[in-house]
Amino acid sequence: MIAHIAMAAGFSLILIGLYGALTNRNILRMIVAFTLANTGVNLVLISVGYISGRTAPILDSSVPLADASARIIDPIPQALVLTAIVIGVGVTALMLAYAYKLHESKGTLDITKFQDLKW
Amino acid sequence: MTNLTLAMSLLLALAMVAAAIVAVQRKSLPVAILAAGLVSLLASVQFLLLAAPDVAMTEAAIGSGLTTFLFFFVLARVRGGQDD
Amino acid sequence: MIKRASVLLLLLGLGAVFASLLLDYVPSTELSLTATYYAERGAQETGATNLITAILVTYRGLDTLGEVTVLFLAAAIVGLVLSRGRQAGETGDAGGATAAPPAGELLSTGKDLLVPLILLLGVYVIANGHLTPGGGFQGGAILASAILLILLTDPMRRFSHRLIAALESVSGLVFVGMGVLGIFLAGGFLDNRILPLGTLGELFSAGAIPVIYAFVGLKVGAEFSSMLVNLSETRESRS
Repeated sequence: MIAHIAMAAGFSLILIGLYGALTNRNILRMIVAFTLANTGVNLVLISVGYISGRTAPILDSSVPLADASARIIDPIPQALVLTAIVIGVGVTALMLAYAYKLHESKGTLDITKFQDLKW
Repeated sequence: MTNLTLAMSLLLALAMVAAAIVAVQRKSLPVAILAAGLVSLLASVQFLLLAAPDVAMTEAAIGSGLTTFLFFFVLARVRGGQDD
Repeated sequence: MIKRASVLLLLLGLGAVFASLLLDYVPSTELSLTATYYAERGAQETGATNLITAILVTYRGLDTLGEVTVLFLAAAIVGLVLSRGRQAGETGDAGGATAAPPAGELLSTGKDLLVPLILLLGVYVIANGHLTPGGGFQGGAILASAILLILLTDPMRRFSHRLIAALESVSGLVFVGMGVLGIFLAGGFLDNRILPLGTLGELFSAGAIPVIYAFVGLKVGAEFSSMLVNLSETRESRS
């Protein structure tokens, strides 16, 4: 049940982020919307690995080695999402640097004013 | 999984969606950036409820700390373009 | 008007696809085959109790190498793209036109007290990555937060770009070097059995995982700090 709630929240975040990226004209607002969609995707990925009634994949005194495979949830989606979060912030920093350079070249952050590449 | 965690997870999901709508719709850009940071923070607690402590720590440190400050650094240096 | 209607139509279609995925989703009740292998054999083969660290550093070490490369590219491109603004900023700051007001006493005293504690927390999280939740990426982000606090309190402070770049390059080289050592001394690339495995649950155990993860953490922390320092040193863009 908790996996369904998290997955629904993640899907809603993806839709809201896409809406924000497609309808806003200010470049910084589009980057904020992309960050929201990124968080949504990570939420969906983690919710897939959840198994009800089990705990985190770390062995200690409460999850001994002997019955580890019956007490922990899937560790692979968590490793993937760890990578995805770090790369997401790297891409966000890149987008922000380019937004700064675009503003420096034209003085505006409105994306409809950048028509140089259009036919 | 108890009823308390279920209720908390539902509350967090609703708060996340509300904060995301605020982040996309508000006219003032600093409020939108802070709302996006709030979404990351709530997502970090949701990760903890989904039994993923590593991911929760990473999302809290990176998503709601460094990303918000990256936005504010650039916002401070782009005066005049933010009201388009 | 047309544009907004078509966007809403696209989102409705995507929402229908997501809703069908959500309604058909049945959570699994047993671990998959790969996850069962990791659960049963992971702790004994690698010596780490944190299975996610074991997967990230040894079983899927190549993915970590790829991620470190992508982060390095991002930090390098941010430094390259913003370098023009920075050079002009240094000559402009000599005139004092963009001097910031001095930070208040609350902020400077808080910085003096908190920065050593935050650095200590970052080192602790990195060092215990193979035992408890944590590791290189989390610890690196915490180290970068300490640098961020110093940047916020003292915006005019000049960080040595050469030191950060040297730290980043050396950590990356040592990370790849330890991986190559794994080819010669143990099973394959980034095998952690080049150092003795030790007993499960001790601080000095899990072979080379703490050492590899420490250098990954240093590299990630240096990269985030270099991104923040580059952004903080650019001058205000003309409006």
